[in-house]
Amino acid sequence: MNTYAKRLMWPVIILVALIVVNIAATGIDFIIPTVNDGRLGGAFVNILRRSAPLLLIALGMTLVIATKGIDLSVGAVYAIGAAIACQMIIEAPDQTALGLVFGAVALALVVTAVIGAWNGVMVAYFGVQPIVATLILMIAGRGIAQLITGGQIPKVQDASPFTELGRGSFLAVPLPIWIAALMLIAIALLTRKTALGMLLESVGGNPEASRLAGIRSKGITVLVYLVCSLCAGLAGLIGAANLGSADANNGGLWIELDAILAVVIGGTALLGGRFFLLGTAIGVMIIGTLDDTIINVGLSSQWQFTAKAIVVFVVALLQSPEFRGWILKPFKRQPDAPAPEPAPAEEVLAK
Amino acid sequence: MSDDPIVQMTGIRKDFTGVRALDGVDFTLRPGEIHAVMGENGAGKSTLIKVLTGVHTPDAGEIRLDGRPVRFHSPGAAQAAGISTVYQEVNLTDNLSVAENLFAGREPRLGPFINFRAMRRKAKALLDDIGIELNVAAPLSSYSIAMQQLVAISRAVDIEAKVLILDEPTSSLDRDEVNVLLGVMRRLAAKGTAMVFISHFLDQVYDIADRMTVLRNGQLVGEWTTAELPESELIGHMLGREAATLEQIERTAAAHHAAEEEPLMEVTGLGRRGSIAPYDLRVRRGEVVGLAGLLGSGRTETVRLIAGADRADSGKLRFDGKAVNGHNPRTASARGIAFCPENRKTEGLVGDLSVAENMILAMQASRGWARSIPVARRDKLVAEFIEKLDIRPGDPDMPVKNLSGGNQQKVLLARWMLIEPKLLILDEPTRGIDVGAKADIQRLVAELSSDGMAVLFVSAELDEVTRLSDRIAVLRDRELVAVLESEADMTTERIVDTIVSGGREA
Repeated sequence: MNTYAKRLMWPVIILVALIVVNIAATGIDFIIPTVNDGRLGGAFVNILRRSAPLLLIALGMTLVIATKGIDLSVGAVYAIGAAIACQMIIEAPDQTALGLVFGAVALALVVTAVIGAWNGVMVAYFGVQPIVATLILMIAGRGIAQLITGGQIPKVQDASPFTELGRGSFLAVPLPIWIAALMLIAIALLTRKTALGMLLESVGGNPEASRLAGIRSKGITVLVYLVCSLCAGLAGLIGAANLGSADANNGGLWIELDAILAVVIGGTALLGGRFFLLGTAIGVMIIGTLDDTIINVGLSSQWQFTAKAIVVFVVALLQSPEFRGWILKPFKRQPDAPAPEPAPAEEVLAK
Repeated sequence: MSDDPIVQMTGIRKDFTGVRALDGVDFTLRPGEIHAVMGENGAGKSTLIKVLTGVHTPDAGEIRLDGRPVRFHSPGAAQAAGISTVYQEVNLTDNLSVAENLFAGREPRLGPFINFRAMRRKAKALLDDIGIELNVAAPLSSYSIAMQQLVAISRAVDIEAKVLILDEPTSSLDRDEVNVLLGVMRRLAAKGTAMVFISHFLDQVYDIADRMTVLRNGQLVGEWTTAELPESELIGHMLGREAATLEQIERTAAAHHAAEEEPLMEVTGLGRRGSIAPYDLRVRRGEVVGLAGLLGSGRTETVRLIAGADRADSGKLRFDGKAVNGHNPRTASARGIAFCPENRKTEGLVGDLSVAENMILAMQASRGWARSIPVARRDKLVAEFIEKLDIRPGDPDMPVKNLSGGNQQKVLLARWMLIEPKLLILDEPTRGIDVGAKADIQRLVAELSSDGMAVLFVSAELDEVTRLSDRIAVLRDRELVAVLESEADMTTERIVDTIVSGGREA
């Protein structure tokens, strides 16, 4: 089994276990999509649809974390993206104009990309620690969103094509799922079909060695924060389109923490270096499924945070080689045939 | 001196996933003796030490300490039993003060509080006793690696160790510091402390060790007293072949490169304040220019300016017929200047990435991220260099951090050879690696230069510098004091004289 499969194994097992619990509680309908009016529905499809903004943000976050960084501003950027688009649409005389909607979306994306570039420049060129650089916008961003909306919550008419971004579907599949899936593929291709992924991992794994090898690490860092912010803006647009409004205070609140969680569950270490996009996607699905699971097994919604903490705890334990060694010990044969653990193998060769 | 061994290890076996690292090794350590454990990288030295210090538990065999069988399950348990270790890499906390490092975990107390005053006083006394003078209140990071090493040793000494293990303690010390350390070791031995000494520097081993145990491929070759084992035989035992390989490398390049040819690289007045005084240096194609000097003399700083790793604040650099302005590692590599930095782990390799990825890093960086090297081409190049440089294990997908020092160095060399540079800068390429890999790298340098590549070669080992170089630049106190050109000057004695006299004719 290669490293990639090994990293994905535990998250996949957790996800499958959660799905099995749901099926046991609510029947096989949980996983089988239904078709109403030519659109896919059903519990699991809804989970995927609701998870789309989180997936977008978590994908960007994965890249940032791969460079040893972190982006705390994604929740605020989500709110800014939503605020810009909604405000522009409600100020227009005809909210149903397609050109207006495209213009609003484009403006929101450009602004969020600029915000990302700003974060990247702070980190790469001014040497500000990522957590500090993005904390600034995490706090200021919601204020900016409030200024854009004038403190109100702009409500877009249901008739505006903008809402399709959150509620619509294409070939029976909800649009948010399309957007998130396409972004996953796009980022996977961008990083794995070019050398960007390897260079990212190199910069995250050892910045100084990368600089001396001649890698443009500053440019790469800026690019990564830009992509992350752009994803957050796009997530904000989907969220706002789904609700038909932009709430500067609560839109995307705490989503940065869920995104970081998803990345970590997916096997990417916060220390930077190797990253796993597919792992992140599975992490997002675990988080998304969890909320439904709590309701489905009959727990009250107050359990939500506690249950999430428990799942994170379990995943973290399962990913720890020490814990696995400890728990698997009784099942191991005698030390003549030691189980293939990574740590000792390193030492024998590292002499 | 009692002959009852303090440590007796018999029939030690240790397996790691399919690899037998130690196979029935015996090791005996007597009180007050300095015992060198010798062997190439991968011979099992580190594993033996780790078994003794409780990092690994042996799969078979017995360890007796003071005649009683013991079994250590953690380094802490071994330390409590009186076995202290000073590792190759300094294992201290940079941003704490010297005194805090010396007494971490056993601070003098005043009720619930740490008595900093007493701690500083005790620290000062301890260092005085050993013969080094430091400001004990200053953060450890304000001292050189060498000094930090001595602090680590002082700490171990003060923990009243019965057995002190010194794993490559001298690899980053200059000559004076080595002498201080060896002096400390002798004093400790006289007091009855038994010491295990691991070092790649044979002269130091012969200088200080009473006895040697030689390992090869995880097996015991034998135990000798230093007096009964001449150096050539020792190397033969370590390599398992009658090898005087190191001596065979001949300098061939120099002669046929005419002096009037325009130099590949010409530096005038290049300098950086606080780092290296302005210097002049020329390197011709096919020439190996060595840089010699003590630790801290500015060897590394000199080459870092040429490599673009640091920015020069004065002077001019001409390379390949063109003036070079505004220089960074990327533009340097584009011009054909390759730089293998001194510190493989922190500045050279990306530990988590594979051997193959580390090798192609510079090449990929020069192409930019958008133009990925095709997989087939990449695999072919990597396989070619793994074979050419004899990198072991030859698995291109293995994380590079799992390789031994010598093999890591070869991966780093391969990275730069892939871009076919015009000038290769090697900063201490043979430090801390085994004899075999050292010979390989030296041979490679000679080969590359006879193929026309210019090489700037920094090494603390004067023998190596004199053997490989066509010309030698000598540094002292962050200043390039002389360039030795004539054949007659290419001796270690001449270099030492130059360092001592500071380049002024005596």
